[in-house]
Amino acid sequence: MLDATPKKIVERTSGGMINPAKTCQPIGAMYAALGIHRCLPHSHGSQGCCSYHRMHLTRHFRDPVMASTSSFTEGASVFGGGANLKTAIKNVFEIYDPDVMAVHTTCLSETIGDDLPTIIKQAEMPEGKVVFHANTPSYQGSHITGFSNMTKAMVTYFSESTLLEKEDRVNLIPGFVNPGDMREIKRIAAMMEIPCIMFPDTSGVLDSPMTGSFQMYPEGGVTLPELKKTGDSKLSLALGRFASSDAAGTLEKKCKVPAITLRTPIGIKATDAFVMALRGAFAMEVPRELEEERGQLVDIMTDTHFHFHGKKVAIFGDPDIVAAMVEFSLSLGMQPVHVLTGTPGGALGSGMAGFEEEIKELLSAAGLNGNVKSAGDLFTLHQWIKNEPVDLLIGNTYGKFIARAEDVPFVRLGFPILDRSVHSYLPVVGYHGAMRLIEMISGALLDRQDRDAADEDFELVM
Amino acid sequence: MDAAPILETRQKSIIQKGRKKQTIQCESDSEAGCVSQRACVYCGARVVLNPVADALHLVHGPIGCASYTWDIRGSLNSGADLYRNSFCTDLKEHDIIFGGEKKLSAALDELIPKFRPPLVFVYSTCVVGVIGDDLEAVCKAASSKYGIPVLPVQSSGFIGSKAAGYRAACDVLFRLIEAPAPGWTTDLRPRLNYLGDFNLAGEAWIIRSYLKRIGVEVNVVFTGDSRYEAIRGAANANLNIIQCAGSMHYLAGKLEEAYGIPCLSVSFLGLDDTAESLRAIARHFKNEDVACRVEKLIIEESARVMPQIKKYKERLQGKRAAVFVGGGFKAISLIKQFRELGMEVVMIGTQTGRKEEYEKMDTLVTEGAVILDDANPAELERFMLEQGADLLVGGVKERPLAYKLGVAFVDHNHDRKHPLSGYAGAVNFAAEVYSTLGSPVWNAVKGVKVHA
Repeated sequence: MLDATPKKIVERTSGGMINPAKTCQPIGAMYAALGIHRCLPHSHGSQGCCSYHRMHLTRHFRDPVMASTSSFTEGASVFGGGANLKTAIKNVFEIYDPDVMAVHTTCLSETIGDDLPTIIKQAEMPEGKVVFHANTPSYQGSHITGFSNMTKAMVTYFSESTLLEKEDRVNLIPGFVNPGDMREIKRIAAMMEIPCIMFPDTSGVLDSPMTGSFQMYPEGGVTLPELKKTGDSKLSLALGRFASSDAAGTLEKKCKVPAITLRTPIGIKATDAFVMALRGAFAMEVPRELEEERGQLVDIMTDTHFHFHGKKVAIFGDPDIVAAMVEFSLSLGMQPVHVLTGTPGGALGSGMAGFEEEIKELLSAAGLNGNVKSAGDLFTLHQWIKNEPVDLLIGNTYGKFIARAEDVPFVRLGFPILDRSVHSYLPVVGYHGAMRLIEMISGALLDRQDRDAADEDFELVM
Repeated sequence: MDAAPILETRQKSIIQKGRKKQTIQCESDSEAGCVSQRACVYCGARVVLNPVADALHLVHGPIGCASYTWDIRGSLNSGADLYRNSFCTDLKEHDIIFGGEKKLSAALDELIPKFRPPLVFVYSTCVVGVIGDDLEAVCKAASSKYGIPVLPVQSSGFIGSKAAGYRAACDVLFRLIEAPAPGWTTDLRPRLNYLGDFNLAGEAWIIRSYLKRIGVEVNVVFTGDSRYEAIRGAANANLNIIQCAGSMHYLAGKLEEAYGIPCLSVSFLGLDDTAESLRAIARHFKNEDVACRVEKLIIEESARVMPQIKKYKERLQGKRAAVFVGGGFKAISLIKQFRELGMEVVMIGTQTGRKEEYEKMDTLVTEGAVILDDANPAELERFMLEQGADLLVGGVKERPLAYKLGVAFVDHNHDRKHPLSGYAGAVNFAAEVYSTLGSPVWNAVKGVKVHA
């Protein structure tokens, strides 16, 4: 049986990971960079890094993921990767012709100490083309940190404050979510008739339609002129503090654009907070259609609440998604008894409490006291579940090992999802996303009930 | 989209059969700035060693290299499954500055008593190569402390290509192999090691069953569904057969040098290659009984699968295939296998093929076919379109590219979902080629030629 995890918990002190719940910064940076229109992400390191990131993203999105690499060899590691990067910049524009090249570092180039701004300044590049960079050492943080760093670099390099008075527009920083989620967040802003710039925006890039031809640079992504204009917007909403607050805070400092950090709008409360923040800042009425969606969600929650009430759930994954999902689980009457993220510590530059404090606060407000851990791994989560079993597991694909070993219903949420499709096209955010989550959770719980029911207990109506 | 220009430095790595006499540039480093489909040394070492099922595979480095290789390859096993967990020292900034040796030691002290593996592999990653941790010393200490082999794998990503990783893995495997057992002599009954099958989708099991039927004992498979004990005894064999030569040629060479075990290249992809490989094994052993059994097996298996192959061939006749795979051996077999299905290979390339393999491909393909080494997506797109390919055979990253072009696709890499080896595999392959080419979804693709 696929279960090497002992039930007995012995404190681990080596700092190593068994079955990680995170991956490294560069893949987050690559994903963020794909959210710029006509941008080619570039991995400054060995070929393997770029290959692994492209493979992992390709498996999750089931779309081509284009990125180039500095192809480090032994020489580059001894003499520095400057020459490789300069050659790469020249080749990339010559052969792939992007508008923007987004360079991120790796553990290798960070350890060697390549000075990227200087190398980029010295590199030859065609008129009108842009190269920018983010430092993403793999030995700090996680893929979420890398996403945050690349998003912040967009502000540092491109945002400009050019007007005395800010324009009536919101910057939406969506965090490490799927293109389907990004579309939904923009749809809500559009319903409220509030102009927005979303960055990064991978909708139309990694959920691009089939056209019968391969487009190296699909239609989607935030454009450079739009990125520049983020400095003239009236407000930034950072959705998910771990992935987005650093960029919003930097924009506030650089261009005096006020920033509000909210939870990723998963579930009714977080979506309400998002809608209210927009309404408050722009003095817009919430349109009838959006009220109607919310009303439908509440209707569904009441119709199905007895499916969820009191169910014990374990939730793991990226901190912003997990925090929002814990909040939504509580709204549904479930009990999150094990909550874990692989991403370490607090949010960069947010000055806010760490992940563990945030979750414990949510739980204690509901009168609960569960296991909570940041910088954790799935070995720990599995041990927790062996010691206190749950009715449901929510997390990314890697949860399937635990779900199988413990025979627990499993709902896939977050990144990466390597064994199911369509998830990246459909939202989990907003009122519609919440309905979808309820359908997924309720389907998993009831399918299980049907499967386990004895003939005499097997019911047609549930 | 207009065809992207091809870099001058890349021109030498692309040839077209029959156009003019030229040799392909291969086995060289990728150009910086290319969207290469290649991986690194660590990746090569990891894929070769990963199927050793009872080993604890500890990745020494920051988290990424461990995350991306956690149970990625469908290497099946018959019991032990420790290898399907992911272990990593998760190096942090502090470790990069002060060295990671202590953390590695602590990790080994924590993991070995907990999981009691018979064997530990410790993989070096890029950053470990740069900060200069003495893996050999740390592993040696742990080895004597726990009385099990704890072996460092020198697989820092930047020290070469994926092929260098294969060699690093072979070096480690060779260290595990002990001198032949007392009393073992090479003239005993036929007993071979099968090198270069990672038991994807259970392929090595199929080949094992064939070898059993022809009266040849399989000593150990490198490395599909292998165990420490079996690997230790690899010298107790009188033949090595190599399938994936790219990854295992080096180990076969070392075994021949050290223990005089001869080696034979085989391929169990496609009907002809499977039959020819079995016959070659019989010839090698100069054993009448084996030879008879081989002929019997070929007749039985062919009779079983030919009607199905014939049915597919009728429907696939004249279709054009493009191939882009990891190594040369697979590419060569695929050209023949497509021919068995009445199909023509119009574009063929590999990530790490060797010169002699490219020469062989050149002799096998028809006039006008394009042969290319270390291709990037723009080149794949261009030549698939120019050559009018109906189907692409490739790996994870090539799949969506093919689909976007409205071209059918077969995974011949980690993501294969059924065995493609031997007679059963040949039918699976034909069925998959047919099902993707004949799928009605292509009818939904507007403005693209409709297949099948």
